[in-house]
Amino acid sequence: MKILVPIKRVADPDNASKLKVSADGKSVTSEGLEWKMNPFDDWSLEAALRLTENAAEKNARVGEVVLISIGPNDEHTQRIIREGLAKGAERGILVDGQDVGLDSDIVASVLKAVVDKESPDLVVMGKQAADGDSNVAGTKLAEKLGWPIINYAMKIKTNDDGKTLEVQRELDTGVATVKVTGPAVLTTSDRILQPGSVKNGVTPDDHQYAKLEVGGRYASLKGIMQAKKKPIDQMSLGDLGVDTTKALSYTKFELPPARSGETTFVEDVAELVDKLHNTAKVI
Amino acid sequence: MANVLVVAELLEGKARKTTQSAITAAKQIAEGTGGSFDVLSIGDGAGAAAEELTGYGAGKVLKAEIPGGYTCEKYAATVAAAGKGYDVLVACASAFGKDLLPRVAAKLGAGVASDISAVHTEGGSLSYTRPMYAGNVFGTVAIKTDKQVVTVRQSEFGAAQESGGSSPVEEIAIQTDPAADKVEFLGVEVVKSERPDLSEADIVVAGGRALKSAENFTSIIEPLVDALGAAMGASRAACDAGYVAPELQVGQTGKVVAPKLYVAIGISGAIQHLAGMKGSKTIVAINKDKEAPIAQVADYFLVADLFEAVPALTEAVKKL
Ligand SMILES: Cc1cc2nc3c(=O)[nH]c(=O)nc-3n(C[C@H](O)[C@H](O)[C@H](O)COP(=O)(O)OP(=O)(O)OC[C@H]3O[C@@H](n4cnc5c(N)ncnc54)[C@H](O)[C@@H]3O)c2cc1C
Repeated sequence: MKILVPIKRVADPDNASKLKVSADGKSVTSEGLEWKMNPFDDWSLEAALRLTENAAEKNARVGEVVLISIGPNDEHTQRIIREGLAKGAERGILVDGQDVGLDSDIVASVLKAVVDKESPDLVVMGKQAADGDSNVAGTKLAEKLGWPIINYAMKIKTNDDGKTLEVQRELDTGVATVKVTGPAVLTTSDRILQPGSVKNGVTPDDHQYAKLEVGGRYASLKGIMQAKKKPIDQMSLGDLGVDTTKALSYTKFELPPARSGETTFVEDVAELVDKLHNTAKVI
Repeated sequence: MANVLVVAELLEGKARKTTQSAITAAKQIAEGTGGSFDVLSIGDGAGAAAEELTGYGAGKVLKAEIPGGYTCEKYAATVAAAGKGYDVLVACASAFGKDLLPRVAAKLGAGVASDISAVHTEGGSLSYTRPMYAGNVFGTVAIKTDKQVVTVRQSEFGAAQESGGSSPVEEIAIQTDPAADKVEFLGVEVVKSERPDLSEADIVVAGGRALKSAENFTSIIEPLVDALGAAMGASRAACDAGYVAPELQVGQTGKVVAPKLYVAIGISGAIQHLAGMKGSKTIVAINKDKEAPIAQVADYFLVADLFEAVPALTEAVKKL
C-alpha cells in the first residue's frame, strides 16, 4: 500500500495566543514562535504508518509513505519533513510556495498534481491546518480526483492492503461506519491515536499500540539517523503546472478583544453559588 | 444582490437546529445585499423535513429525497446542481456541513469560507469574519469566485425563528456521482440523550482528565449536569480516555459552545480547549491548581478538590 501524507508547517499551535497582527492589519506575524508540524497532519501520519507496517515485527515496513509539504523551501520546512521521515515515512516531496500565496483551492490543486504523478492508494491528511482552521483542502482534493472523501476517521480497517477499507468516522451526533473502495482521501480525528484504531491485516488484529497522549509517535534514534539519508524531492508550483489564482482574499486580521473583567477567586461552594445566583444571575 | 441557498441538515428525518443558524446567516446575506434565500432539504425524509422548513420566510423550499444513510458523495452532485442557480451556498459548520460543502464547492468551482462568525455586507459587497489559529486571530475574507460557499459557526448565529407564511415546496431531481459507488454506508450509532444538545444548551458542565473514570463522570458530573438542566461536555483528555463519548468534546477539534454558563471541572484550559468555550458568557473553573491556564478566561474560580466540591455544589444548586 502506498500512502501520500501531506504535512504543513504551522506556527507553534500551543503558543497561538502569542501571535501578533501587523500594524496595518494585513498580516499575521508569528515571530518568536517555532515552526511545528501541523498536529492534525501528525495524527494522519501516525495512521498512515500503522497502515503500512507490521507492529508485531518491530514496525517492519510493508508499504510506502510519501510525505509532501507545500511551503517555503527553507530549513524549517525541510526539518519538518525530516521529522516525518524519522518517524518512518520513506521519502519526501517539498513544493516551494509561500503561505500568503496559498489557499485551500491551490493546495488541493497541488496535491492533485502530485497524486497524478505518484498514484498512491490513499491520501491520509489532517482535517484542518492549525493556522487557517479551514477544513476544506482534503474534501476538495477528493472531488478534483473523483475519489471518495472520508472525513474524521477514528478507526480504519483493511484486509486487502487498502483496496477496501472499513472506516468509522466521528459525527456531531455519533459515529458512522462506511465501507470505502479506494483510492480514497481520508482525514482523521483525535481518536485515530487510540491503541487499537488501525487494523491493516498484517499487524495482528489484537495488537495494541502504546497509548499516545497528544500527537503521533516519537522518532527513534535509529529513525533519526536513517532519515538523514532519505530523499526529499524539491519542486516548484510551476513544475506542477498548477493554477495559482486564489479563491479567497483576506483583507484584514485582528486579535480577539481582551477579556473584560477579572477572575474572582471564591472561597467555597457557598460563595460560588451566591455569585452565580445573585451577581451573574445565571443559575 | 446575492441569492442564497441554505443546505438543511437532517437527522432522522428532521431538520437539526444547525439549519436555523444557517438560515440566520442566509437572511443576513440576503437582506444586506437585497437578495433572497431558499432552503434545500436533502436526504432521507427530506419531504417531511421540507414541510417543517416552510415557515422561515424562504422564497421556496427545495426537496431532494435520498433514502438511506448520508455519504458526502451521495448528496454533493444534487446540491451542486441546485446551487447553480444561486450566488451563495450556506450550511452550518457542523461535521455534516464541513464534510459536504467543500465537495459541492469543488464541483461549482467556488471558494469556501468555513466556520464564519460574522457576515459583512457594507456597500453590497460580501465578506466574512472567521476565527483562525484556534480562535486567536480573526480574519476578514472575501470569496473571489463567481459562486461563494460558506459554513457558519452555530454559536455565533442564533437560531432563526419562524416568521409565519408558508414557502412553496418544490421537488428537484437527484443527480448521480460515480464517486458515490465507492462508499457504502454501513450504519450509524446515533447517541440519544434526554439532556439538551451541547451546541444549544444555556448551561454546559464539562469535566476533564481529573475525573479519572467513566464512573466518576456518572457519579460526580452527571448529578450537577441534571441539577442545572445543563448539557454535558468534556476535554479531549476525558474523551480520549473513554470516560465519555467523543461527541462531547469541546474545543478546536470538538464542538464550539458559547452558553450563558460554562463550568469547567478538572480541566486545565489548554489553548485547544479554550478555543471551544471562551465565548461563553460566564465561565466557572473548579480546579485544585489556581495557576491552571483556565484562569485566563474564568470569571469565577474555586480552588478545590473536585471530588469534594462538586457534590457539595450539586446539593446547593438543588436547594435554590
Ligand atoms: C491538535 C490538537 C487539538 C486538540 N483539540 C482539543 C479539543 O478540541 N479539546 C480539548 O479539550 N483538548 C484538545 N487538545 C488537547 C489539549 O491540548 C489538552 O491536552 C487537553 O485539553 C487536556 O485535557 P484536561 O484539561 O482534561 O487535562 P489536563 O491538562 O491533564 O488537566 C487536568 C486538570 O485537572 C486538575 N485536577 C487534577 N485533579 C483534580 C482534582 N481532584 N480536583 C480538581 N482539579 C483537579 C489539574 O490541576 C489540571 O488543571 C488538542 C490537542 C492538540 C494537539
